[in-house]
Amino acid sequence: METSSHPLELVAPAGSLAALTAALDAGADTVYLGLRNATNARNFAGLNFSENDIRLGVELAHRRGRQVLFAVNTFVQAGRAAEWHAAVDAAHALGADAVIMADPGLLAYASDRYPDLRLHLSVQGSATHADAIELMKEQFGIRRVVLPRVLTLSEVARICANVSVEVEVFGFGSLCVMAEGRCLLSSYATGDSPNNKGVCSPAHAVRWAEANGRMDARLSGILIDRYEPGEPAAYPTLCKGRFQVDGRDDHALEEPTSLNAIGLLPRLAQMGVRAIKIEGRQRSPAYVAQVVATLRAALDSALADPARFAPLAKWNALLARHAEGSQVTQGAFERPWK
Amino acid sequence: MEMNPKQYQISVGPLLYYWTRRDTLDFYAALADGPADILYVGETVCSRRHELRADDWRDLAHDLRAAGKTVVLSGRTLIETGAEASALKKLCAQDDFMIEAGELGAVRHLAGRPFVAGPHVNAYHGGTLQWLAQQGAMRFVAPLEMDGETLARLLQERPVGLAAETLVWGRMALAFSARCFTARHFRLKKDECGFRCIEHPDGLDMRTRESREFLSINGIQVQSAACLDLLAQANELARMGVDVLRVNPQSAGTHEAIAALDAIRHGQPAGTVLPPAGMGRCNGYYHGRSGIELLEATA
Repeated sequence: METSSHPLELVAPAGSLAALTAALDAGADTVYLGLRNATNARNFAGLNFSENDIRLGVELAHRRGRQVLFAVNTFVQAGRAAEWHAAVDAAHALGADAVIMADPGLLAYASDRYPDLRLHLSVQGSATHADAIELMKEQFGIRRVVLPRVLTLSEVARICANVSVEVEVFGFGSLCVMAEGRCLLSSYATGDSPNNKGVCSPAHAVRWAEANGRMDARLSGILIDRYEPGEPAAYPTLCKGRFQVDGRDDHALEEPTSLNAIGLLPRLAQMGVRAIKIEGRQRSPAYVAQVVATLRAALDSALADPARFAPLAKWNALLARHAEGSQVTQGAFERPWK
Repeated sequence: MEMNPKQYQISVGPLLYYWTRRDTLDFYAALADGPADILYVGETVCSRRHELRADDWRDLAHDLRAAGKTVVLSGRTLIETGAEASALKKLCAQDDFMIEAGELGAVRHLAGRPFVAGPHVNAYHGGTLQWLAQQGAMRFVAPLEMDGETLARLLQERPVGLAAETLVWGRMALAFSARCFTARHFRLKKDECGFRCIEHPDGLDMRTRESREFLSINGIQVQSAACLDLLAQANELARMGVDVLRVNPQSAGTHEAIAALDAIRHGQPAGTVLPPAGMGRCNGYYHGRSGIELLEATA
């Protein structure tokens, strides 16, 4: 499927047909989407695609020479393999250019059943170094790996130099501070996790309560954060709350920030990264349109003249508006905490 | 009278904390004299910890084997640096002891040799168990968040000859990061952390702003603050087909939990096992609830 005209492919999220169209209009080379069930890691109410919408979306994309990736990237639950097999079958039947998967048993099913189907290893597959990635290539013929957001630039470079598959990294969006595919914090608090239900800190478990001007944000009754009057409140994503350690209240795990790697695009291209991914299948078509357009402009500029590339202030300002807590970071890439 | 179920073996998971060399060796000396059958050893959390180095763990493994224990060397769950990848390769190159694979890189290095697939390898269904068995797995540890009913289904789906293990006691490792949360708390850099985790033998409590017990920080890990306690379900798990019940090391209560499991498998009363002082208990995952919950038997 290597038809993308760009050496560094821009991969955009689509939680709806409107978002898919917005992504294509804004210059995405590729969009990724999920079915409307627990087989993908953004299993949110009102989100994702019916089969009919997928048919339309794939046709729209292919007519414009773009690609559509299907995320079937949660872990198959015992006794329910048929649901995940059906999702892979649907992806194949509906013309997916690739399927993004994490579960070895499901990868085995897909590679046995559809040898022609292009497979990508999801970030949920937790492959953080070349040996893990190459095993997935040897076993299932994966053609691309999406790297976890815990790696530094030099670790990404070493992986690029030592694997025989394409490498995709996150360039913008909400940031997991934990290794993806290995985080059970959400199910510890609520019963539901990315691995077992395709959700993190799910909306059904969230309760807001105001008392004496203070706003409490809870997950299944557990206080994730408490906001003083006038303090901006954020969605209670578990790892981004404030907690007490040794009597001190703090963002003990991570501040509410988003990843913004546009300043690193020339370096990522130089080390051989093949694709830049935007997080946010749960976000609106407006988010998709603006973030994709910004990254498209940045990528084009970075590829046209890598040596002189510098992100424009207006790009960063726009991305900051779409970031959690209006804050951005280059995340693990620059390893600021070392 | 209760039917005598197939007897389970008792294992002790790798020590997840940074204890002094003395405390670590004393702990394993006590295990050597106790009824646990299988001991997992090695540093799986932080490559900077050095009270025991790789060779020391190997020496300890030989001593424990000489004491009659089955010893498994545990590999790391999160590999990031080149040094960590090399250390893993070296660990997998030895063939004195079986390896517990913490992630897929170890599976590749083992190249078909028998191994144990650890609790974070994400073996959620029979298809993955089949694949792990083809790679050489002789036992797998069930995902920590799996409920009892789903575990029973998983055991129905497992290939012949693949043994099953499940954690029944101790704090659960719930998340892994590139960042060291202990160093972050002390406003230290990860590479100049002062090894402050040695001051917290069960991790550093992270409570809610209402001071409710919630999570615990252990270097790059986030753990449950509550101690998993499925001792009362030991026979039920064995009847379901679980072959090995695992206890995680804590600063107190570990030997008592092992003794209780040993008593239960010999049809004797288990008595009460307390977690370390100040630590609550949980078993919600097993009952299909939030992991943090504690549901006591009403019978």
